[in-house]
Amino acid sequence: MADLGISLGVVVGYLVVALAIGLVAYRLTDRSAEDYYLASRSVGTVVLLFTTFATLLSAFTFFGGPNLAFAAGPEWILVMGLMDGILFALLWYAIGYKQWLVGKANGYVTLGEMLGDRFDSTALRGLVAGVSLLWLFPYVMLQQIGAGQALVGLTDGAVPYWAGAALITVFMVAYVGLSGLRGVAWTDTLQGVFMLGVIWLAVGWIATVGGGVSALTAGMTDAAPGFAALGGGLYSPQWMIGTAVVIAFGVAAFPQVNQRFFMADRVETLKRSFALWPVLVLLLFVPAFLLGSWAVGLGIEVPDGSNVLPVLLTEYTPAWFAALVIAGALAAMMSSSDSMLLSGSSYFTRDLYRPFVAPDASDAREGWVARVGVAVFAGSTFLASLFVGSGGGLDTLVTLGDTAFGGYAQLTIPLLLALYWGGTTEWGMIAGVGSAEAVYLAHVFLPMPTTYLTWDFALWCMLLSLVVTVAVSTVTASAPAENAEKFGVGAD
Amino acid sequence: MNDYHRVMIRTRTDAVWIAAFALLVAFAVPWFLWRNATVVAGLPLWLWWHIGWMVLASATFYAFARGGAWERGVDAGVIRRG
Repeated sequence: MADLGISLGVVVGYLVVALAIGLVAYRLTDRSAEDYYLASRSVGTVVLLFTTFATLLSAFTFFGGPNLAFAAGPEWILVMGLMDGILFALLWYAIGYKQWLVGKANGYVTLGEMLGDRFDSTALRGLVAGVSLLWLFPYVMLQQIGAGQALVGLTDGAVPYWAGAALITVFMVAYVGLSGLRGVAWTDTLQGVFMLGVIWLAVGWIATVGGGVSALTAGMTDAAPGFAALGGGLYSPQWMIGTAVVIAFGVAAFPQVNQRFFMADRVETLKRSFALWPVLVLLLFVPAFLLGSWAVGLGIEVPDGSNVLPVLLTEYTPAWFAALVIAGALAAMMSSSDSMLLSGSSYFTRDLYRPFVAPDASDAREGWVARVGVAVFAGSTFLASLFVGSGGGLDTLVTLGDTAFGGYAQLTIPLLLALYWGGTTEWGMIAGVGSAEAVYLAHVFLPMPTTYLTWDFALWCMLLSLVVTVAVSTVTASAPAENAEKFGVGAD
Repeated sequence: MNDYHRVMIRTRTDAVWIAAFALLVAFAVPWFLWRNATVVAGLPLWLWWHIGWMVLASATFYAFARGGAWERGVDAGVIRRG
């Protein structure tokens, strides 16, 4: 059991470092909501880059993505390049920079708060927060399930699933609850650097034992002759474009990513992050997904319910290194979930609790509700994760979590219209978001087609959000108290 | 150079940026290599394209962020004036 000791030691050591960073950040955090949620808009380039990056990466980078590249070929690298490297970067400028400017000028902390103020509409504020929380809850739950399973795999079942998921949850609640965004951003930076380092070490290791990059690629094409050629199988142009567009637009409205748009300290930080972003995407995704595809040529057999990357590393590298990579995957899950908890809590307290339950709550009370909110949110998703799969109605949550990106993508086009088109009205926004979400949910849960004219239904729902927002805005008048000029779109 | 010329040059610069971004999006997947299985220096040719394209995207974004179009694109001046 020496291996088990090493594996657990690596994981626990990593968790303790994350908690220590949270404690240091706690000492610097004051009690105001802006400091708790946004670190007082004081985040510099390195931390902003890595916190956004680490937040974007979930269990999928280490498990789902390599599995896909193992099963269908390495073209997934191109989908991620288009999606994250280019489309998301452009949205970060078009939505993110503008949100940063208006957020700084008017003190916004959440997306719902910003849109609510733009249209002088508490209803829109509540709708945006409600829709966001609907997709966020199951997504956090899936991350906890992933973390629990990763620990089961790492320890060969010595740590049971519930204990693994509980351990991760308690650590996250501790440092998120204590230190807010400052702690989250700092641990994200550690986690992002750690993931990058570990994945390149893994490539170096596998390339050394596998006889070099050329031999690995040759082995891959011998075992799967279609893998070197671009396209084919799963990878049709429609699927590649549709997946990239839906996920990129979804990411921009995901609460934990959208809230990062408000955090930069100054414009130079945003400019540098924008320019470095595609290269950062390149550095992480190419090695992670190539490993998945090369595994085909190495004759790796992946049992049902397992993931290719851990299997590959267990086969070819010593136990301590495989444990480091699992710790990297845990880091990816935690850095997404901790940010989601914090953003979920801010959406709940600022956009639902404050306007609808306690309009005259003091700042201190709001700060207290926010911290309790983090714990309640994490506790509920943890409990739900224990009961999923046991045949109850909770399996609905898994479906919701799996389709969350498409759900968020329905917010993004109305958001762009609100930021750039002076003719957008409150009712246009409510109708556009409401109809697109309703039609999207119907497709997720009812037996309806998954594509129309070979294109994914989520794309058609996005088109619907555009058409309905524009059409309803055209036939309704803006309320007198709407604040288009604050957004620089007043003059039309 | 009068104001009219300045505005014309700005409009032309902004159109060039929009075209550059459209190209970056359109050829992030090298469609002209579709079903091409050429391997160069141990990696598929299309993967080399991807590596070059991401570096080009970074360089383009860097140049865009340095110029005046960065501010004009989001009406930053209007927001700052309030």
